[in-house]
Amino acid sequence: MRKALHRIAAIALLLLLGHGIAAIAATPPAPAPPSGNDIERRVAACIACHGREGATTNAGYFPRLSGKPAGYLFNQLRSFRDGRRFNTDMTYMVQHLSDAYLMEMAEYFAGLNLPYPPVPPVSDAPPAQLARGRQLALEGDATRRIPACVECHGAALTGVQPAIPGLLGLPRLYVSSQLGAWLTSERHALAPDCMADIGRRMTTADINAVASWLAVQPMPADPKPATSLPAALPMSCGGMPK
Amino acid sequence: MRKMRKMRYLGWTLLALVLLLGAAAAGIVALNLRGEDPLPEQPEAFNATPQLIERGRYLALAGNCAGCHTTRGGQAYAGGLPIETPFGTVYSSNLTPDAKAGIGSWSRAHFWRAMHNGRSKDGRLLYPAFPYPNFTQVTREDSDAIYAYLRSVPPAPTPNLAHRLRFPYDTQAALAVWRALSFKPEAFVANAGKPAEWNRGAYLVGGLGHCIACHGSRDSLGATQANLGLSGGLIAVQNWYAPSLADPHEAGVSDWPTADVVALLKTGVAPRGAVMGPMAEVVFRSTQYLSDADLGAIASYLKDLPGVTAQPVMRTATNATRRDAGTMARGQKIYDQRCAYCHGDQGQGEPGAFPPLAGNRAVNMAQTANLIQVIAHGGYLPSTQGNPRPYGMPPFGQALDAADVAAVLTFIRGSWGNDSPPVTLLDTTRR
Repeated sequence: MRKALHRIAAIALLLLLGHGIAAIAATPPAPAPPSGNDIERRVAACIACHGREGATTNAGYFPRLSGKPAGYLFNQLRSFRDGRRFNTDMTYMVQHLSDAYLMEMAEYFAGLNLPYPPVPPVSDAPPAQLARGRQLALEGDATRRIPACVECHGAALTGVQPAIPGLLGLPRLYVSSQLGAWLTSERHALAPDCMADIGRRMTTADINAVASWLAVQPMPADPKPATSLPAALPMSCGGMPK
Repeated sequence: MRKMRKMRYLGWTLLALVLLLGAAAAGIVALNLRGEDPLPEQPEAFNATPQLIERGRYLALAGNCAGCHTTRGGQAYAGGLPIETPFGTVYSSNLTPDAKAGIGSWSRAHFWRAMHNGRSKDGRLLYPAFPYPNFTQVTREDSDAIYAYLRSVPPAPTPNLAHRLRFPYDTQAALAVWRALSFKPEAFVANAGKPAEWNRGAYLVGGLGHCIACHGSRDSLGATQANLGLSGGLIAVQNWYAPSLADPHEAGVSDWPTADVVALLKTGVAPRGAVMGPMAEVVFRSTQYLSDADLGAIASYLKDLPGVTAQPVMRTATNATRRDAGTMARGQKIYDQRCAYCHGDQGQGEPGAFPPLAGNRAVNMAQTANLIQVIAHGGYLPSTQGNPRPYGMPPFGQALDAADVAAVLTFIRGSWGNDSPPVTLLDTTRR
């Protein structure tokens, strides 16, 4: 309990810090001398790809880290280390790091509350493809037992605490390659691996459609992950706190 | 008549050839069997006490057995990790006590024969990717302790994978020839002229530690060359350079305080250096768990390695003139954009966090393979008890091309008092 309180206090502190950093993010900050627990300098290695303070634009490939649920980020870091997810650079970075440190990194990025860049509402995807994507995201496809994204990832698709990621504000290429990796069994999660089951029910056309649609959705006024699920998950997923 | 004589001549020649080949084969077989104790006829009683198992656990860490015999995220000691060599891929074997897939049916004599003689239970010769040219020095007592420990880990039914080696390296005959030329089982011999601590260090470094597997040279058949010592070597396939532990210009520690050597091996960081790449792995999985006494012993041995005479390397002023101004300008621009944030605008680094690049011997080494690796792949120092929250370096392999890497390294090696030869496109494209 005391540990939990400490954790909340730490997150609150980081949120405050995060605001301060957001204000000066436009110009690269000069190196500050190590202060406090110095975590922002310890995760400086992440910024070369994920952007300063873990916020990237929705162009390119590298996913944004800031504001994602800590449990989700922690699970991904562990998966890269333990061979469930494959990315040469990520595996290399985390291969000799402890659970405790990976959790601290995850909590740091989860605690950042940085503004999202505006999402250009135009897409080169044909309208029919976008419509199909919207249908999959909001309604799913009952005939093929594909649940809607919103059933698990939150009604606003901003994720659900503590371990389900938001799907908005991500590069289209990143979303489609992750879904593709589920389809081809190159990405795994702790068992039961629910997304692997869903990924295998999708076609590449489905994947392109839903990634294209997700990539052009504006961020809602409150981009934070929902605090709880509205209903039970439609299937059982590993990596969720019991 | 002449034809018959010719036939007879041919017959004698053939016979001589057969005899010669037979003698060579017998010689090779004999060389492969030398120093091998006969296996006991009856299974021996073996009492694995908790103390023995604990000792074995510690020694298995000292040898980093799990480093090769465990896949990423896989069950400990279940084997299956591919090890790339210049001769093909060797898969590590299952060391758990599973009767079929592991070594559950092995006796401690079988295990000793593998460690000391490099021969499997079924009589097959083992590939020296399993570093028995080093483990041969491990005492019978320590081998028995490791055996006792491995018998105590949870069994895994993971079947062993067949190696994928090129011909002729995939044959037992080629391995027998290799062993006849390059391997001799031998016990560790203490140097009576040195203190016990030094000898303990020599035993750990030369035996279980198998440091020479990376920090030594290999001949064209891949055998470590003990006579050249820990004088540094390029790690095959991985393309990292394990620096010389004898050379004060590389990773020699003769002028380091013992406590710093212990700190480096225990925590991954020391006042004058830190571990990255394959050595981060060694600290993370092995040396961080060793006792201060054993690390002190290793330090006293390493500090006393016969040093190489400081070579007047090509670090002369002439090199400065050979640095291309355009390359230096390009390198400086990249440095300012990507590196200065952590390493400082004068390469001064930040004590306790980011290493200085000015005057850093790892930056100025003749071998530049590690610098190129670190820029391409980045990496964190290992999380250890003494350094649980290490700092890290980003991977720049996506952002910088080979010419960028050459330019920024040329700039770093030629600035702030550094005066080391430029890094060329030839170096950076050979990764």
